[in-house]
This record gives sequence, C-alpha cells and structure tokens, in this order.
Amino acid sequence: MKYNAIFAVIAACSFVISFVQSSVAEQVDVETLAAKLRAVGPKGEGHADASKAWQSLAQANAEQLPAVLAGMQGAGRLSENWFRAAVEAIAQRQVKQGGQLPVEALEGFLADTRQAPRARRLAYELIAGIDDSAEERLIPGLLNDPSLELRRDAVALALQNAAAEEKAGKKNEATDIYAKAFAAARELDQIKEASGKLKSFGQQVDVPRHMGFVMEWQLIGPFDNVDGKGFDVAYAPEKGIDLAATYEGKVGNVQWKQHRTSDEFGIVDLNEIFERPKDGNDYKLTDEHKGAVGYAFSKFESEQAREIEIRVGCINANKIWLNGELLTANQVYHAGMEVDQYVAHGQLKKGSNEILVKVCQNEQEESWAQRWQFQLRVCDELGTAVLAKN
Amino acid sequence: MSRSVTCLLAVLSVAFLCGADWLQFRGVNGASLSPDAAPPDSWSETNNVAWKANLPGRGASGPIVVDGRTYVTCSSGVKQDRLHVVCFDNRTGEEVWQREFWATGRTLTHPFSAVAAPTPASDGKRIFAFYSSNDLVCLDLDGNLLWYRGLAFDYPKAGNDIGMASSPVVVGETVVVQIENQGDSFAAGIDVATGETRWRVDRDRRANWVSPIAMPGKREGSRVVLLQSGSGLTAHDSMTGEELWRYDVPCSTTPSVAVSEDHIFIPANGLTVLKLAPDATVPSLAWDSSQLSPSPASPIVVGDRVYTMNSSGVLSCGDVATGDRLWQLRVGGKYWSTPVVAGDRMYCINSDGAAKVVQLGEKGEVVSSNEFSDEIKGSPAISGGALYVRSDRFLWKIARGS
Repeated sequence: MKYNAIFAVIAACSFVISFVQSSVAEQVDVETLAAKLRAVGPKGEGHADASKAWQSLAQANAEQLPAVLAGMQGAGRLSENWFRAAVEAIAQRQVKQGGQLPVEALEGFLADTRQAPRARRLAYELIAGIDDSAEERLIPGLLNDPSLELRRDAVALALQNAAAEEKAGKKNEATDIYAKAFAAARELDQIKEASGKLKSFGQQVDVPRHMGFVMEWQLIGPFDNVDGKGFDVAYAPEKGIDLAATYEGKVGNVQWKQHRTSDEFGIVDLNEIFERPKDGNDYKLTDEHKGAVGYAFSKFESEQAREIEIRVGCINANKIWLNGELLTANQVYHAGMEVDQYVAHGQLKKGSNEILVKVCQNEQEESWAQRWQFQLRVCDELGTAVLAKN
Repeated sequence: MSRSVTCLLAVLSVAFLCGADWLQFRGVNGASLSPDAAPPDSWSETNNVAWKANLPGRGASGPIVVDGRTYVTCSSGVKQDRLHVVCFDNRTGEEVWQREFWATGRTLTHPFSAVAAPTPASDGKRIFAFYSSNDLVCLDLDGNLLWYRGLAFDYPKAGNDIGMASSPVVVGETVVVQIENQGDSFAAGIDVATGETRWRVDRDRRANWVSPIAMPGKREGSRVVLLQSGSGLTAHDSMTGEELWRYDVPCSTTPSVAVSEDHIFIPANGLTVLKLAPDATVPSLAWDSSQLSPSPASPIVVGDRVYTMNSSGVLSCGDVATGDRLWQLRVGGKYWSTPVVAGDRMYCINSDGAAKVVQLGEKGEVVSSNEFSDEIKGSPAISGGALYVRSDRFLWKIARGS
C-alpha cells in the first residue's frame, strides 16, 4: 500500500511535469529558428538542423504566429511544409488550451500582400478556423489576390453570388459577376464554369486568350520513333528552323504545315494533321500513327524580357524548347493528359522568341493509347496569360 | 498489489497494446491477418458501429492503428494538393490532431484514385505518411514534424499521372518506398530517425502500383525487403539496398506479394509460389497456378491456405503445399481493397462499399452483407477486436456491442 501511494505520487508528478512541458508555450527566437527551416533543401539537406529548430519553433506562443508566418518569406516548397506544421502545432495547442489566437494581427498579416502567398493563406485558415464570419468578411476583397488559393476562394464566392442572382432572375447582375469571376479565375474548373455561364447568356468569351494557349503552329512530321528511339534523336527541326525546308521523314519527305487549332483549350491533334503512312498493306485512312515523332513550332513576339511558365498537356512523350534551350523532357506515354500537366520555367527575350515542341507517339496497340496530341500555353506563375504581340 | 506485479501488468498492457497495432498496409508482416480478433459479423447504423468520424479529404489509403489511436491520410482541394494526416482516439472517435501539407510533387490521378493512395506506415513511435505526389512525411505520434521529404522534388520525373499507390514499409530502422514509373523510377531506403537516404536503387521505368514487403534475412535479426515489378522479384538488404537475389517472372503491377514463414506468394502467372532457400539465397519454384490469380487485391495466407480475390469478385482458396484450388466462392463486386482475416472470418469490402463477411473453412460461405453506402478503396485495419474502415468521407470503427 505504501509503495502504491509513492508510485501514484511519482506518476502524478511525472504526468504534471510532462503536461506542463508539452503545453506551456514560450517566447522563442523566431528569426533564428525560421532561418533553419528555410535552409531545408532537397535530398534531406538541412534536415538535422531543421528538425531541432522545428521542435523549438513549435513551442512559440500564439502571439508569435504572425512572426512565424513572416518567416515563410523566401521559403522553398519543402520549407513551407515545415513552417505549416509548426504554425498548426502552435495554433492547435493554443485553441485546445482555451486560449485565443491573435486574430487582429493575423488579419493584418493577411492584408499584407508583400508576405508569402502561402503564409497569407495559412493566416486566413487560422482565422477561418475560429471565426465563421471570416469568409464573408475577408474573401470578397481577394478576387485579384496574388495567392492562388485565396483568389480561388474569392472566385468561388463570386460564382455562388452570380448563381444566386441568376436564380433570382437578375440576369444582368449575374452576367456582371460571372464576367468578374471569369477575369479573376486562374484555375481550369472555375474558368470553365464562368465561361460556360457567360456563353449561355450570349456573351463573347475568349478562353484561349484568357489562358494564353498558343493556337497558331507550324507542324512537321512524322519522323521515326519505332521502339521509342526517336525521343533521343535530334531530327532536323532540333538543329534549326527552316520553314521552307523539306526533310526525309518516316514514310517519305515531309514539310512544315501551318495549322491553327480551333480547340478552346488549344489541343493540337497530330493524328488529324499528318498524312497517314501509306507503305503498309493494311493501310486505312482511319489508321493512327504509331512509332512517330512530330514537331510544332511557333514564333512568340514579346514586348519585354520576362520570366514565364510554359505549361503543356500531352499524352505522349515530349520535349519543349524556348529559343533553342531545352526546358523540359518527359518520356512518358499514355499516362493521362491534362491542362498544365507539365510546367516549365523559361525566360522570354524582348522581340522574337521561338517555341519548339517535340511530341513522340509510341507503338502501343490498346485503344486508349492511340492519341497523339498536345496543348501549350504561356503564362506567369499564377496562371495569368502572357500573350504574344503577333 | 506488489510493485513487481504492478510492473508486470504495465509491461503486459504495453505488450497487449503493441500486439493490437496495425502498423502498415495489410497489417503485421503484410499478412492481412489478425488471428485472434473477432470483429462483429454484421453491423448497421445502429448496431456494432462504435463511431463514425468525418474525414477532411479523399483517400484510397487504409487506416493504421498505433497505441490506441487510428491514423488516416487524406488529400483535398481541386488539385488534390493538400495532404492530410489525421489522428483519432480509438475509444471516442474524436480527432486528436490533424496536420496538413502542400504537395511538392505531381498530383494528377485517375478520378477513382486519390493522392492519398498509399497506406501510411509506423514503427510504433513515428508515422510515415506517403502520397502519390511522393511526399514522405514523418511525424511523431503527437503530430510533431520530425522530417519531410519531397521525393519528387528531389527527383522531378518521379510520378505517374494516373496516380501512384505503393505503400511504404518499415524494415528495422529504414522506411522503404517504391516509386516505379516511366520517369525517375527507383526504390529508396530512408533512415527513420533522420529522413536521410540510406540507399536508392534504380528500378524498371514502367508504371507499378505494388508495395514492398519485409521478411527475415539470412543473418540473425536481419531483415530483407522484397520489391516486385513487371520483370521480376528482387530481394534487398534493408540497410544497404544491396540486391541479394532476383527471381525473374512477369509479376503483376497491382496486387502485392505476400510472404509466410517458408514461402513467397507472387501475383505472377496467376499465383507463383516460391519455397524459401534454407540459406536465404534464391528461392525455388514450389508451384504456380492460373486458377488462383489475384487482381487487384493482394493474396492472403492463413496457415496452410492461400486466398485470392479476382477482378470479378470470386474468392478462391488454395492449398499452400500443392497449389490445388480447394474451393471458390462468388462474393461479388470489384475489390480494390485487399480483404482482411480475423479468426475464421474474412472481411471483404468491395469498391461500392458492400462488406461481405465470409466464413472460412472447408468451404467458404458469406455469412452477412453490410453496407457502408460509400466507395471504399482502402484496405481496412483490425485492432483490439475492431475493424477500422475508411471511405473518401468517413472513418468507421466497427466493434461488437457498440
């Protein structure tokens, strides 16, 4: 009995000490700790230091949340997740203990568009987690926000409001709101929804322009890609563009052809454009190309030198060059095709730029493996179209 | 009560809790088996459902259970780029904590799947949450971040826009991930404590959704990890990644290999069964059978019986010694989730959310049908006599007397 009492006291003390240790927040040196988190790199680089720093940072008191969020400025994509976990740990502990979050300071942080977009988004989520009115109060003003996630919420709210006006029979008001939502939308599902509504109201909507799809191309092919070997072969277009030239292709001579796609999302279907092979006994007009390489070329006049993203959807293996520089190479066949499937970063120069696309079809026989197509758009990191002058 | 008895009880209760854990895809040793558990045969909204909790996102991953808590991964957002780890109290079903991350790799998947497709794994002290985006997150049991690897950030061509699904496995002090696809295709052993890469081996550049599995190695206490791909099965030292042996056979790329004390069950040519070599070198063919083909669910071995579910929802029972098919039972439905066995009951949950409880024996018999009324893609967990099942929206605890 005596032992039991002693053990009970020891256990109780241990529990209290452990609880106090785990639940008492501290004033921590956010700047120093945040620097350790920002130093996280690929392949585990900086993990040991970051792991120690995280344990300390997560003990920060809730009043330091804006400072922790501010530490995300300059953080890479990996580091952002270390910050996020620390912010959540601090906030969840505070709320669990019945404490308050510094809502006013977080709202101030949210309003400061110089801060990192994801840090601001996280600040909003902390506010929204404890304040049911946050969406109504804060989101409508974020329709053109530099945070894609905040902007998305604002567009979603605008689409809801437009639908409500439409339902109430207020077509003009609905049209205005749909138009604003469309102009602000940067993500495909919202662009489709807004543009679809505007079209149904008889409005002119230019989706390719809004998204920055390249619609005018010079195309040449097919070149040989039997056994997938053509992916690594630098055919003539990779050595220099001569739109008047004739080259030996896979089944005879080939020349550049001008093509303008009419697809709203810029899809270029190479099976429809290149002549079918005529050397086989089983040739049919409906046969799809197999083991073939096609190239697409476009000139892009830019008013200024600037950074861009070239975003490609392609169901076939592909390579993209900008002004002769290989931006991305993806040796992947028939694993889906989506708008913005591959994102490459590039630098436009002022004046004339050259975009070259290589699209390689393999020889799979399955019905789902017959597509040979791509789509390409030029935009900034938010997805806002960067349009050519020409 | 004496001090020694108190200590003994404490030790036993810890041992009991550990024994009840379901730490990875298909549970202990990847066997899909909890021999002494007895979840209920039937349940409904008002009977034998201990609790039902909301989930913050979708998932084809299964739940895992560690020390009285259930851990579930989810993905949310229009691009499925929000990654969640959620911890629930098994007793009450209340959410204990939740962590959320931004995916650093590719998040396109087939609409049926999700970025949270791989089942997380645990070593009993840490949670290793892995996603189709090839983000690998290590948290302690209280949700504190220990390390974070973006493996597609490190190897940008790693990914599959139909979705990746291979679940990690903890082998000693290493967590092993298998990332096979048309781009950067590899398997890696990551140090559980530091997140640093112990080893990385190149793999076939073909899409593959199977999960690695651990088995005892040649040396006392050593562990080997088996990696299955379209061209064959390879065994690797878990600490170095060194290939110890290879068995060339065209393996399936969806159902995963199962192991028993002396056999390896490979989804290949139907089912190919290898007899382990006494000196842990290359195993030899015991038998293969086209009548015991598993797809897409993985095979389950219980004593001298092997069970496979085919793509038409037909359950087959085979004799481990001979490969003879002993019986078949049309359970019905399409099974993405590998069934689990508790005692003499097999819990088969098809993708429409219909759960059939099959009594195993000289013949199989469906003893009850239960509805979750939600798509189920993840394999359930069994712990403490309860069944834990997740859909895209909910997590259920199914337990007797609830």
